[in-house]
Amino acid sequence: MDILYLLIPLSVILVLMVLAGLWWAIYHGQFESVEQEGERIFRDD
Amino acid sequence: MDSPKTMTAHYSDTVVRQFSIMAVVWGVVGMLVGVVIAAQLAWPELNFGIPWLSYGRLRPLHTNAVIFAFGGCGLFATSYYVVQRTCQTRLFAPSLATFTFWAWQLVIVAAAISLPLGYTQGKEYAELEWPIDILIAVTWVSYAIVFFGTVGTRKVKHIYVANWFFGAFILAVALLHIVNSASIPAGWMKSYSAYAGVQDAMVQWWYGHNAVGFFLTTGFLGMMYYFIPKQAGRPVYSYRLSIVHFWALIFTYMWAGPHHLHYTALPDWTQSVGMVFSLILLAPSWGGMINGIMTLSGAWHKLRDDPILRFLIVSLSFYGMSTFEGPMMSIKTVNALSHYTDWTIGHVHSGALGWVGLITMGSLYYLVPRLFGREKMHSIKAIELHFWMATIGIVLYIAAMWIAGVMQGLMWRAINADGTLTYTFVESVKATYPFYVIRVAGGLLYLGGMIIMAWNVWATAISGRSVKVAIPAANAAHA
Repeated sequence: MDILYLLIPLSVILVLMVLAGLWWAIYHGQFESVEQEGERIFRDD
Repeated sequence: MDSPKTMTAHYSDTVVRQFSIMAVVWGVVGMLVGVVIAAQLAWPELNFGIPWLSYGRLRPLHTNAVIFAFGGCGLFATSYYVVQRTCQTRLFAPSLATFTFWAWQLVIVAAAISLPLGYTQGKEYAELEWPIDILIAVTWVSYAIVFFGTVGTRKVKHIYVANWFFGAFILAVALLHIVNSASIPAGWMKSYSAYAGVQDAMVQWWYGHNAVGFFLTTGFLGMMYYFIPKQAGRPVYSYRLSIVHFWALIFTYMWAGPHHLHYTALPDWTQSVGMVFSLILLAPSWGGMINGIMTLSGAWHKLRDDPILRFLIVSLSFYGMSTFEGPMMSIKTVNALSHYTDWTIGHVHSGALGWVGLITMGSLYYLVPRLFGREKMHSIKAIELHFWMATIGIVLYIAAMWIAGVMQGLMWRAINADGTLTYTFVESVKATYPFYVIRVAGGLLYLGGMIIMAWNVWATAISGRSVKVAIPAANAAHA
């Protein structure tokens, strides 16, 4: 099952990228005042 | 009003129009090929002894056409539309977006020619030979640049949840395609996979299940999170839940692939990992389903009169059903019965016809009139008829395949008192015949509905006009 030497590190890198995305979202204000964000799409046209 | 000195910026909707129309066209084509191959399974004479009409070559044409041509064009159209409107800006690099349209159509045509001619890499949902794979990669990178560029140049600080889903879908598909399609060319339309044996199988089903998880699920959840609230006139039921289930979904999906390889040469522990993560996946999937359906909270009455909303909500019911069925089938004991049977096909199609098909149709019915300056589709009654034909078609299809699948599984494992097999394989084939016929009927209904949609879209488009929609300037203040 040598392919796991590729797939597992690849998946770990992917998880780290996902975590980086989550970190960015949290610390760059994506989740402030989430309540209004659902309503916002009704104002776009 | 704009002062004479300022140019009103418009959304780049031409490419949205193009992809929307082609989604409908390829839907008809892909579903037609599906009906043909379903008929061939019931009546093999329909192969006609012609190699390029044979089942083995037409089947990948069907899968590629419905997933990448129909589904793909639908995703391109809706993601380009949604990202602009939720970011209050036009597409980043609109010429690149136009390139993605023509390049994608070229990929589809190349598939339509090469697959019946027998050029294949033999990997499910990844059959296209290496030159087409390269074109796909180039197109996809361009798509990512346009999409993320648009998000990056947004006039609104918050990134609407649908864009997270679209973004994850785009990035994941890029990774999956590039890794799984790695091959060594041995001629213009011939190559050998970079992987071999059960290792290739593992890469293939890492790809295959994530194609389902990221292309067919995450991408279309992006569609769902915009078009259901818009059509219902109500915001997403719980915006918090949408964020939570998004992150849970993308973490978990990557690990479910081994459930395609139960009881094969794949190591037991890898199979178990796939099974466990597939079961865990039930939770975030149902989070999305509940969120979408409950968006109608306080507006259930709209389902009575609005067939578009019915498409959208019923699609979520099938999504919930498939994301329950899938984890159940991932359990090794269940899989021992279901693997290689038509139950798998039934499962695929409840997800494909039920979830992917209906959400795309509902979203396009919302989108098309607006793209052509109309208030609504040419015929609401035709949407209603389509809905019923599609739903009944789906039910016939999946019920037939469930019965056939369980029957096959039971027949294959039946042994006599002396330990010999009770049935020959061909006896199970013969017993499946009536269910193959019912499946053709279900597929015909579904295709018929799609043809009605094509007529309705055509009638709407020709009596409308391609509109340029101005980007509202005032909303920038809400950033």
